[in-house]
Amino acid sequence: MPRPIRVLVAKPGLDGHDRGAKVVAAALRDAGMEVIYTGLHQTPEMIATAAVQEDVDVVGLSILSGAHMTLFPRVRELLHVAGRDDILLTGGGIIPQSDMEALQRTGVGRLFGPGTSTGDLVRYIREWFAERQPQDA
Amino acid sequence: MTSAALLAEFRARRPAALARAISIVENRRPGFEAILAALYPSTGRARRIGVTGPPGAGKSTLTAQLTSAWRAAGHTVGIVAVDPTSPYTGGALLGDRIRMEAVALDDGVYIRSLATRGAGGGMSAAAADAADVLDAFGFDRVIIETVGVGQSELDVAQATDSCLLVLVPESGDAIQALKAGLMEVADLFVVNKADRPGADQIRRDIEFTLRLRAAPAAAVPRAPAPWTPPVLATAAVTGTGIADVLGALDAHYAYLFETGSLAERRRARLQARVVDIVDRRMRERMWEDAAATTWLAGQLDALAARETTPFAVADALLARPGGLGRRTP
Amino acid sequence: MTVPTSTDVDAAGEAVRGEELERLRAEVAVWRARYAAGELRDIAFVNSDGPVDPVFTALDASPDVATLGLPGTFPFTRGIHPTGYRGRLWTMRQFAGFGSAADTNARYKFLLERGQTGLSVAFDFPTLMGYDSDHPRAAGEVGKCGVAISSLADMERLFEGIPLGDVSTSMTINGPAIILFAFYVAAAERQGVPAARLRGTIQNDILKEYMAQHAWVFPVEPALRLVVDCFEWAAEHAPKWNTISISGYHIREAGSTAPQELAFTLANAFAYVEHGLARGLAVDTFAPQLSFFWDVHNDFFEEVAKMRAARRIWARHLRERYGARDPRSWMMRFHCQTAGVTLTAQQPLNNIARVAYQAMAAAFGGAQSLHTNSMDETLALPTETAVEVALRTQQILAYETGVANVADPLGGSYYVEALTDRLEAGAEAQFVEIARAGGVVRAIETGWFQRRIAEAAARHQWDLEQRRRITVGVNAFTTEDAGTTIPTLLVSESTAAEQTARLSALRSARDGARADAALGALTAAARSDRNIFPALLDAARAECTLFEIRSAMEVVFGTYREPIFF
Repeated sequence: MPRPIRVLVAKPGLDGHDRGAKVVAAALRDAGMEVIYTGLHQTPEMIATAAVQEDVDVVGLSILSGAHMTLFPRVRELLHVAGRDDILLTGGGIIPQSDMEALQRTGVGRLFGPGTSTGDLVRYIREWFAERQPQDA
Repeated sequence: MTSAALLAEFRARRPAALARAISIVENRRPGFEAILAALYPSTGRARRIGVTGPPGAGKSTLTAQLTSAWRAAGHTVGIVAVDPTSPYTGGALLGDRIRMEAVALDDGVYIRSLATRGAGGGMSAAAADAADVLDAFGFDRVIIETVGVGQSELDVAQATDSCLLVLVPESGDAIQALKAGLMEVADLFVVNKADRPGADQIRRDIEFTLRLRAAPAAAVPRAPAPWTPPVLATAAVTGTGIADVLGALDAHYAYLFETGSLAERRRARLQARVVDIVDRRMRERMWEDAAATTWLAGQLDALAARETTPFAVADALLARPGGLGRRTP
Repeated sequence: MTVPTSTDVDAAGEAVRGEELERLRAEVAVWRARYAAGELRDIAFVNSDGPVDPVFTALDASPDVATLGLPGTFPFTRGIHPTGYRGRLWTMRQFAGFGSAADTNARYKFLLERGQTGLSVAFDFPTLMGYDSDHPRAAGEVGKCGVAISSLADMERLFEGIPLGDVSTSMTINGPAIILFAFYVAAAERQGVPAARLRGTIQNDILKEYMAQHAWVFPVEPALRLVVDCFEWAAEHAPKWNTISISGYHIREAGSTAPQELAFTLANAFAYVEHGLARGLAVDTFAPQLSFFWDVHNDFFEEVAKMRAARRIWARHLRERYGARDPRSWMMRFHCQTAGVTLTAQQPLNNIARVAYQAMAAAFGGAQSLHTNSMDETLALPTETAVEVALRTQQILAYETGVANVADPLGGSYYVEALTDRLEAGAEAQFVEIARAGGVVRAIETGWFQRRIAEAAARHQWDLEQRRRITVGVNAFTTEDAGTTIPTLLVSESTAAEQTARLSALRSARDGARADAALGALTAAARSDRNIFPALLDAARAECTLFEIRSAMEVVFGTYREPIFF
């Protein structure tokens, strides 16, 4: 039996708007994933620590505060230091297209803007997981 | 990563290796038994504490408070937090970390959320294995936190040295369940959110039930000398009463140690563990041979026609030369 | 011949009305059969809460004059002013703030020059959470979603050249609201303007933060004490100031339905009133300074009815339950903002049309103040062009469409009256539920509200994905390239560095002993049962920073931790 995909859903920074993060967490759970929800106001260190301890496949960050150019790279870097470059770092929020592209060039996965269907997100994670699973221990 | 490389990283105390080892064990990935076997000699050092109770009782907050207190005393703490898997989707929402934020960044604390994944009660089948892995990693205290729904309290009690049942003033219904026998599994009762109305009442109810209890019909082997589970009041959010819980846990541990029941309890746990493994292996061996299933399918007509009985079919299956007999000593 | 008594007339009127209703009932039965036989489009006919009936008649609504009343009379269903908008138009108040105080000051002057009539400050997240710009937790967020204000000096710079005695200022701040209010009062002092002349609002609605928006600092009980400290201090020293803006907006934006927004917000309002009373304040000393803030969402009639029901519920409870005698205590005054959550990143120009309809609902609902969102707000903070279009949308509404000519133009509509009645009855039922859940504070602690809001949000998303609900440009009428086609604002990345430099200069230039003494006195005031505001004002005057002040209070109050989620 295939194991469930494990996803950490986090709200980094001081922005408390968690409607999107909660909707996404519920949708991923309903899609059969194990979702670790860390709550609000997480620092990049808290997120990376949780991702490592929970041995997740995916980290999803919801950022509406404009701090994405600081927070995504910082989490990516901390995951790298922990030896977890294999984790898919994805997310969404209010992120201009040009910033999305710049982040993707640094190894961040696809980022989703307002109006995204949760189905798209589920598909994206499943496809990514199916592709990498052979190397999964 | 090979098992050897993983074990080397594990022994170098890399958190990512610890996390991966738990995953392999949880997922029953190839090699998981070898990992558990390799770690076995390093287990048996941690004190294992179960924290269970109904949803919303404040178990995670209490766990975080106990953890902070142990950290202040210099002990490291590994936590396994178990939440239910949705029976409909197979997914789970694991949110216990939220209430453990205060200890989340401490290097001496490791928190792992597990979903029950089809295990009947609130306890993941893998939680006990995960506790072994944490024990082997060197944590001084290992906490297993689960939602108490029916069977799971028993599982937690069996997997731990001290089992703490957390209730809140609203848990009146839970008391009914306790009277039905679950009372036996708790070594400590905590009435959390004790600042709320009804707290005294529930304390009195528990104490009354405990007194009514004659000789414990032990679900878990108990010490000969009686241990009377204390009933403590806390307000985990503010930390009120946490020192009492710590004191009671230490008293219980001392009691277990001095009466020899700690060793007894742990031996019982090991015995149960072996029985579990045997059960699982027998099942696997029985059914890994497709011929067994095919043969059983061939018996269904006769069973339906009442020409034979399920017992006769089962005995015949067990007696098949290619079946279990093949590998039994 | 005898003169008919009024009872006879009433009885005769009743009989006629009874006959008419009988006839109507028969007609409705016929119509219903025809409706059932008709073909309907394949779409859900719903408002935020669920299915909507296809037609309304006198059978659904009883526009009874006794309950409906007239504009400016109890229970104010039709508005609080007898003159409607003929006396005073709503205040056009665009929520704005980004970068440094100087950047935002320039935007305010731009807006005032273009005819805006009130200011509304958007603070950045660090400020909203009580952190200085140079705090490690502020990294990446300084000046991003609002203006960074860490000290009295920043507040002064924010209003440089804007006379605080003449302008009305709204400040969206909650967790540390009382601190920012102290900065504002102190900044006005330095302009020579006494607190008694200040007009404006601090949002200060901490209960909805725990429920929905999550910009909190202190735990519930001390936070409520600070709110009541504001009520008490301002009642005496700043009587023209709105000490709170009890907000449905964030509850709705977090996903609630309109009936939930209405009921939860009013439940919060009553909790504040009760905390004021528990302090020993007479209701009429502080109730006139309480104001409200509603979201204006897409369903036009539901939104209008929501505002009408809200006024009526508030008036009745204040008079009948809390015994208020001053009519100003009965009158619900409120600000509106068009619903940010309805804006789309796809085909962003469509947002102009959405905002215009929503603004019209606010006018029909009798709002005292309105913010219209800019078309680009799902992409970034608004550009000058976008915010100007949003402001012009209000001006067109106010001066060209005629909506401001007549008070409560939908009063008497079967549909709107029926909806108003149902929303009111629904809210009353919710108040009972909330009481059963242990009251507002307890229900926050157990996640009662949070769960309901999250469920409604998930249901809404599901409806969208099933196309039961349509969002133009997102799940219908989509186009290939629907991405950003409008220019967006780039906030300067240098704000954090500038702020850090300014803060260290401030700390070295100020009288350190005075600052320390003020912070010590503040901690002592937090520990005492005295009103904390005078000590806060002293700390602001002594150039203590936001985080220093927060910390001096935190040692006594502690920090709020989210107790529960789904």
